[in-house]
Amino acid sequence: MDTLVARYSRPSHQDPAYTSDDQQQALADVAPPLSLNFALPPVASSASWLRAMTDDASNPNCPIKIAHGTTTLAFRFKGGIIVATDSRATAGNWIASQTVKKVIEINSCLLGTMAGGAADCQYWLAYLGMQCRLHELRHKRRISVAAASKILANLVYSYKGMGLSMGTMCAGVTKEEGPALYYIDSDGTRLAGNLFCVGSGQTFAYGVLDAEYSYEMDDDTALELGRRSILAATHRDAYSGGFINLYHVKEEGWVKHGFNDTNPIFWNTKLTKGEFSNVTSELA
Amino acid sequence: MRGASILKANDDKTRQLNKQTLMAFSGEPGDTVQFAEYIQANIQLYSMRNGTDLSPYEVSSFVRSELAKSLRSRSPYTVNLLLSGYDPIKQKPELYWIDYLASSAPVPYAAHGYAQYYCLSILDKHHHPDISLEQGMKILRMCTDELKRRLPIDFKGVMVKIVDKEGVREEEYVDDKQVYAP
Repeated sequence: MDTLVARYSRPSHQDPAYTSDDQQQALADVAPPLSLNFALPPVASSASWLRAMTDDASNPNCPIKIAHGTTTLAFRFKGGIIVATDSRATAGNWIASQTVKKVIEINSCLLGTMAGGAADCQYWLAYLGMQCRLHELRHKRRISVAAASKILANLVYSYKGMGLSMGTMCAGVTKEEGPALYYIDSDGTRLAGNLFCVGSGQTFAYGVLDAEYSYEMDDDTALELGRRSILAATHRDAYSGGFINLYHVKEEGWVKHGFNDTNPIFWNTKLTKGEFSNVTSELA
Repeated sequence: MRGASILKANDDKTRQLNKQTLMAFSGEPGDTVQFAEYIQANIQLYSMRNGTDLSPYEVSSFVRSELAKSLRSRSPYTVNLLLSGYDPIKQKPELYWIDYLASSAPVPYAAHGYAQYYCLSILDKHHHPDISLEQGMKILRMCTDELKRRLPIDFKGVMVKIVDKEGVREEEYVDDKQVYAP
């Protein structure tokens, strides 16, 4: 038993035997506490109390309105990973902002996306960025996407049932993994996959994306498909809109492809390609 | 659905109202067929009495007024409708989206329920007013494939009907291919 404890309480960088990144993460997790300790509200059940204070659907007069509603997507293809988001933040029916950056640049090779509670996502993805940098300093090499996503998954799982609300994706390219994409949400779900859409506009984005997605797409087709899928969601989902934030993650790191207003993109798509034929100036 | 069992897999959820109009319905079981057949009987009665059919627009007005009346009664019909028809005078096909709150809107493409969330974005992108029947069927295939891929419920097959100047006909639709999320 003592040898076992000694083995796992040793700083992980002294252990040359680790193989997988998940294992490596498991080692790193033991030494420092995973997150800061927050004070909880002085009530019997903090989870149900928070739900009562914030549930806009059952009580429109709830005292705390959480910023929600989004469309984010990311997909893997042969040229890397496309990450695209809208930029609207809503609190109830109020549009709180049209210029939110929902793609968090964790480092030059890793991106995170924000959906769900804006504050939760912003805070914990920034925290993830810090942990990734610490991993880099401790181990003298960049963290894998698998390990980074697992830090976040374990973190939100430790707060399960306490009211965190986030649906995020981690996208990155590393030498060991190649292009890797993970979906993590506040239930504690962590999934690797080729294609994810997250947020209230997800179904609209999935519709456009699934119909034409192929792993063998070239870069320009993939960028256009990502952009068009977000546009579809901003058109049909009242809680999505603003600007389209587009990124391409490649072997060398991510490349930003603009933060563009949806309005001119919509009219350009309609007028040059004849799409959105339901939008007319005719009176019914 | 009554309990957790499928009672019938090939139920026809449409009624032909006159030669060139067809009404598809969804909503509360019981209400749907009652309302659709009530409308069907009245539209057919009009055709017999007057020796002429109501145009799709006229049918939509009648249906909407009946739903509006029902909505303000003690037991309203909970029925959502898609009314399609070919207008022989305008020589144009028409489609009306009507819900149980008696909203009626002429639209180029439509869906009700969860299908809206998955299919409207596909139709927004791929629909054009001047497409051929083959292209139309291709877009329909994209829609049903997407529903099979993403909708958590298996709706066990679809029935396809075509309304054009010849009238209403059923189109064979092979839908046994499995579709998986990528």
